Amino acid sequence: MRYSIFSLARNALSRHRRWPRAWRSPEPKPEYDVVIVGGGGHGLAAAYYLAKLHGITRVAVLEKGWLGGGNTGRNTTIVRSNYLLEPNAHFYEHSLKLWEGLAHDLNYNVMFSQRAVVNLTHTDAQIDASRRRGNAMRLNGIDAEWLSLGEVQAMIPLLDCSPNARFPINGGLVQRRGGTARHDAVAWGFARGADARGVDIIQNCEVTGIRRDGARVVGVETTRGYIGAKKVGIAVAGNSSRLAAMAGIRLPMESHVLQAAVTEPLKPAIHTVVTSGAAHVYISQTDKGEILMGGSLDFYNSYAQRGNLPALEHVIQGAISLFPFLSRLRLMRTWGGVMDMTMDGSPILGKLPVEGLYIDGGWCYGGFKATPGAGWCHAWTIANDEPHPLNAAFRLDRFHRGEILDEKGAGASPQAH
Amino acid sequence: MNRQTHRTERGGRIDRSAPLAFTFDGVRYEGYRGDTLASALLANGVRLAGRSFKYHRPRGIFAAGGEEPNALVRIGEGARAEPNIKATQVELYDGLTARSQNRWPSLELDVGELGNVASWLLPAGFYYKTFMWPGSWWRFYEHFIRKAAGLGRAPVEPDPDHYDRRYAFCDVLVVGGGPAGLMAALTAARSGARVIIADDAPALGDSLLASTASIDGGDPMGFVSRIGEELASCPNLRVLGRTTAFGYYDDNMIVAVERRADHVPAPPAHCPRQRTWWIRAREVVLATGAIERPLPFEDNDLPGVMLASAARTYALRYGVRLAGRAVVFTNNDSAYEAIEPVLDAGTDVIAVVDAREGGPGGDALALLQRFEIELIPGSVVMRAIGRTVEGVEVRSLSSDGASVGDASRRMPCDFVFVSGGWSPTVHLFSQSRGRLRFDEERAAFVPEEGAPRERGGRERSAGAARGLVRLSECLADGIAAGADAARAAGFEAEAEPPCPAVQEWEDCAPVRALWAVPLPSWRHGKRFVDLQNDVTVADIELAVREGYTSVEHLKRYTTLGMGTDQGRTSNVNGLAVLAATLGAGIPAVGTTTFRPPYSPVALGAVAGREVGIDQTPIRRTPMHDWHAARGASFVTVGPWMRAQCYPHPGESMMDAINREARQVRRSAGIVDVSTLGKIEVRGRDAGEFLHRVYINRIRNLRVGRCRYAFMLREDGFVLDDGTVTRIRDDEYYLTTGTGHAAVVMAHLERYAQIVWPDLDVHLTSVTDQWAGAAVAGPRSRDLLAAACDGADVSDAALPFMGCKDATVAGAPVRIIRMTFSGERAFEVHCPADYGVHVWEALLAAGEPFDVMPYGTEALGVLRIEKGHVVPNELDGRTIPADFGFDRMEKDEDFIGRRSLERFRVGGRKRKTFAGLVSENGDAIPRGGHLVWNPTAPRPMRMFGHVTSSCYSPSLERHIALALIEDAADWKGRVLYAASPLTSSFVPVRITDHVFIDPENRRPKG
Amino acid sequence: MMLITCPWCGPRAHVEFTYGGDATVARPAAPDAVTAEAWLDHVYLRDNPRGPHDEWWQHTSGCRSWIKVRRDTWTHRVHGSGPPEANLGGDEHR
Repeated sequence: MRYSIFSLARNALSRHRRWPRAWRSPEPKPEYDVVIVGGGGHGLAAAYYLAKLHGITRVAVLEKGWLGGGNTGRNTTIVRSNYLLEPNAHFYEHSLKLWEGLAHDLNYNVMFSQRAVVNLTHTDAQIDASRRRGNAMRLNGIDAEWLSLGEVQAMIPLLDCSPNARFPINGGLVQRRGGTARHDAVAWGFARGADARGVDIIQNCEVTGIRRDGARVVGVETTRGYIGAKKVGIAVAGNSSRLAAMAGIRLPMESHVLQAAVTEPLKPAIHTVVTSGAAHVYISQTDKGEILMGGSLDFYNSYAQRGNLPALEHVIQGAISLFPFLSRLRLMRTWGGVMDMTMDGSPILGKLPVEGLYIDGGWCYGGFKATPGAGWCHAWTIANDEPHPLNAAFRLDRFHRGEILDEKGAGASPQAH
Repeated sequence: MNRQTHRTERGGRIDRSAPLAFTFDGVRYEGYRGDTLASALLANGVRLAGRSFKYHRPRGIFAAGGEEPNALVRIGEGARAEPNIKATQVELYDGLTARSQNRWPSLELDVGELGNVASWLLPAGFYYKTFMWPGSWWRFYEHFIRKAAGLGRAPVEPDPDHYDRRYAFCDVLVVGGGPAGLMAALTAARSGARVIIADDAPALGDSLLASTASIDGGDPMGFVSRIGEELASCPNLRVLGRTTAFGYYDDNMIVAVERRADHVPAPPAHCPRQRTWWIRAREVVLATGAIERPLPFEDNDLPGVMLASAARTYALRYGVRLAGRAVVFTNNDSAYEAIEPVLDAGTDVIAVVDAREGGPGGDALALLQRFEIELIPGSVVMRAIGRTVEGVEVRSLSSDGASVGDASRRMPCDFVFVSGGWSPTVHLFSQSRGRLRFDEERAAFVPEEGAPRERGGRERSAGAARGLVRLSECLADGIAAGADAARAAGFEAEAEPPCPAVQEWEDCAPVRALWAVPLPSWRHGKRFVDLQNDVTVADIELAVREGYTSVEHLKRYTTLGMGTDQGRTSNVNGLAVLAATLGAGIPAVGTTTFRPPYSPVALGAVAGREVGIDQTPIRRTPMHDWHAARGASFVTVGPWMRAQCYPHPGESMMDAINREARQVRRSAGIVDVSTLGKIEVRGRDAGEFLHRVYINRIRNLRVGRCRYAFMLREDGFVLDDGTVTRIRDDEYYLTTGTGHAAVVMAHLERYAQIVWPDLDVHLTSVTDQWAGAAVAGPRSRDLLAAACDGADVSDAALPFMGCKDATVAGAPVRIIRMTFSGERAFEVHCPADYGVHVWEALLAAGEPFDVMPYGTEALGVLRIEKGHVVPNELDGRTIPADFGFDRMEKDEDFIGRRSLERFRVGGRKRKTFAGLVSENGDAIPRGGHLVWNPTAPRPMRMFGHVTSSCYSPSLERHIALALIEDAADWKGRVLYAASPLTSSFVPVRITDHVFIDPENRRPKG
Repeated sequence: MMLITCPWCGPRAHVEFTYGGDATVARPAAPDAVTAEAWLDHVYLRDNPRGPHDEWWQHTSGCRSWIKVRRDTWTHRVHGSGPPEANLGGDEHR
């Protein structure tokens, strides 16, 4: 059933008792052409694009818990493509363009709201770095504008732009096409779209092993039995190392916990996404009215999906320093997600050194905005058994080749990115 | 003023001699000290307290504690305004102002209620299905959605109050000051353990303050006073009142917030508004109590529907008379305990509708008979009638609980007191990774006992938090838990306190699980499960129908339990309705995880004092005040403030920078370099260690000599450039970039301690111990000779890259002859306390040589002219070869060496170092990229980027440094430095990166 | 907030320490003796286990010692700690 105001009205007449399931709940088949491990936004998007663009519909998405229960449901919902390095810029811009048409494509309102992402600067050195990034964006065909202090203040009235701040704001880089989206809806929308095209979405099915025949993958062991597969795509950010280890592969990454928090819901007060590299916080207000903020990692390896208070305390200190009015608002909910932190801060999206095995992981802080783009590239890579030019630079062997994609220049310390 | 028309004649823990005036939505009312805002509103007969989130339905006060879903108000005005506060948690004070929220224009008449009219179009998740056409209109729709959403309005001014933090350590932490908590604290304290008891109310006692039982033959309040006095007399026990433990973190770190001044209009001078306690406890007793559940029936959200325990509390504790007739609707015996108190307070209880076919236990039954109250067993309240409650519809409930009878009976009434059973408050337990178990008999999730502690904290639950209902059990359980916790912490009580004798109902009937009143298929009234977020039974059923069947999907799709009450009264009912709709058992559905905070906590309290200007300490050099007094402007470099330039009166900054730079090239200048990182390296193997750290040879560095050196990360990229000076055979003095001091120090310590522990090396950070001034310019040696108390600073005694100790105006200094500006130059380092003294002495000695202080801007100009690199160039992505520094690399192991090999065997082309000269006289844009044709279609090829740019007063033109692919091939050719952000596109000629003195004669002369 | 025992200072909150990554990865004693691939593996590849993990922490706000800690990355439980050369026990705990 197509979703629209008309179908909503029609269903209202039957008291909403005739809405079909958004996706089926099938039993796993013995074999598929492609098995995607991980039922988050990325895995579901890969399945959707495999079916939609490559005509591959004998596809299963295996999810160990519930759809979107990993980082898809545990992020700060920011979508942007304001990257310096060309491979990142082109990839994220492709993803952003997919976002722009996603609600229509999926017939599911993912609430992509291009409310602009402002990246504040506080020092002359940051202005230089931001300009370098913004100029690269423009020359790469991506929108970016420089905001003077006055323009920043006009755009974000409640921001403390006074010279008395500890790190006075002196300008900002804005990407107006950036914004936020409704994170859960992305998973559900892709699930519904993939299911409608014949993809089997199987929840509560944990992959416990990857079966190989020599150098080739032949299937996966799961808590619901063995499932054969000609090709297997891994999209389990946070747990990529564990899945790769099942195929005997070590990855250049560590898992770290990243926390985020929301306040109680309020009437609109912050209209854009505001980020500050100096304070390392990013802040936005959700459509529900909650002020949503995130920041740095807890800075230790963790698979726990929960962190400790000092990391959040630091985020909140930064947030109040930017927006002094936040001080009296109240923290309502906190959560943690497990990030694949790679050795250069950029993702790994492409082939693994086992035939028929692919990976979409290593997203560090940036996985949510990548969702459609990563699924699109992952599907392309699986269908063609070679990476698309958009994700060619995200190859696993780039570290050994010295073709590092280090946006921050922080080096081979995953927690530093 | 309205006069407490609904107050009892006597009774309650309120101080009737202390009337307090307050306003709600501008109307003046009166209450008493001891009231909450909610009890005071009820005492004034106010029934309407708020509007719901989605449908804007009118709502009354529903509960008496932190579980309140409806009565959210904005407290205070101006900068001290605080939105979304539960009226049930506000201690009344004189002059309090409160306003209702989420309504326009008024609470009584709210345009948003149209949402309720159109609610048939707005089922759970409706927004996922619409607002998609036309595509570009989402922002337009969203604008209105955002306005309609949200609850309160945030204050816009900065918070005038401050917040404090304390750390505390104890053997036993007891959370909760109710019956179990009091006994646990008392028991643990008697064992000698250091005990902290945290209770979120202003006074201890919790449910004992509204209890009908008798303890030790007296009333429970007397018992609470006695225990309270004993606790107060224990030197090893601290009572934290008005303190909510909101987070249970790793290794028994419990964080709590103490409200120091929320019960007064404004904090007294110097008093923090709130204080956050970070409590590290050996053992924890969670005596967090239980929360009464509602019973969802049609229109169960009308003002007048209230939890039975709340009705009891308002009557007993606050002396509130809920005037009118009331029907009690329950599935358990506890609701009956409300009857006598509310009767005493003046409510006319006309009937009890009990879902249990057999009705209540004997004691409750006797009570009904005594007061001649009708019992309607095996029945349910089907619907509340009216805009506020005017009556109820009652029907029988089938024995399987799945349907209701056809006969309906209407009863006029003003209140419905509901009780759906009790849910233990397991939030903190769950936060400590305790597992929950569904107890069918108690119809509640309770902590799983004896669960392996592998993942959990060292905690135990006690009393109602463990699912116990009877007061005597809770008291005894508190004693046992207190003793257990003390024992686990290594304390054995000599004598546990005796369990108090309790007189309470003995003959009780078990609860009958009822999660929502069943609805015949032809009826469509709203049965609210989550009152705040307007989630109904039908919403849950819709979610299940559409496949959102996992608990988390349900929550996210319907917003069940996502409100500011955090689902206190809705979670369990919601789960159970989900399970029933799925036809599964409640344990199979499971629960959601609870995460901090237990209840909303002010961001300011979490942040403490490190906000605003105090966010990070400001670091200033020893000479900072001198610079400030000379009118210097300052620039932020990491945590440091550095003098940027010293404009003369009437001089522009640009002119000042050019003047300062020219002065250095012409005669002499002096710059404060105290912010450089400084590290002392000592030990027998110090030289060997540094040899392995730097790409350069260090082993052959002679005493009294200095070397410019690079250190890499193990991945081959440059970590820092700095200097190494050999002071003695076994002592070296390193300098690092200003921003890198801490990173380099940790890096060196890591290698010294972990990788090469066999080397005898000792590292000491001396950044703060040494001040530094660089004297640069053709006359710098003359200046130094005049300043150095007769020391020989001639070329022979102090050659380029040499070092010597001397004194300046009697102060000991270390002089290192090196240059950043490209001129003859000396860095003069001295103990930090002599910083100003030496600085002034150098300036005085330089007066004949026309010396002048210069700042970081001129320093930057000078180094760009000379082609020296800083972090703009060394941005963590560059290797020595990019700058031609690979000539320094030795053919022996050093950190990062083997990672460099891969760059020599093909792969992507690397950018290398070059200079740029503006062709048209325009400034070369910072952050610009080098392109062939700036008007080419985008995306366009970028050959490189500008790393640093300035106007060169020596060359009298704009120059820059850059990293460019195939820099050698581009030499002499012209590219554009493109900065679309600033609309600046400047033709630049590619040159060598050294603009002045390429033979490097000046520093050596 | 985790409690880590510094062998020199005693139990301290983890915020006094700075995390330094996997302690099972050792720099080859003779870097020139290993293959380029083995060297880069050492720089970049990590086991990243879910469960017990031997890792480096530096007591930066204390004695500045680098210490070895065995900590569970799934539960955050600290199983033991010692100086860098410490052997924290059996191989089943990496």
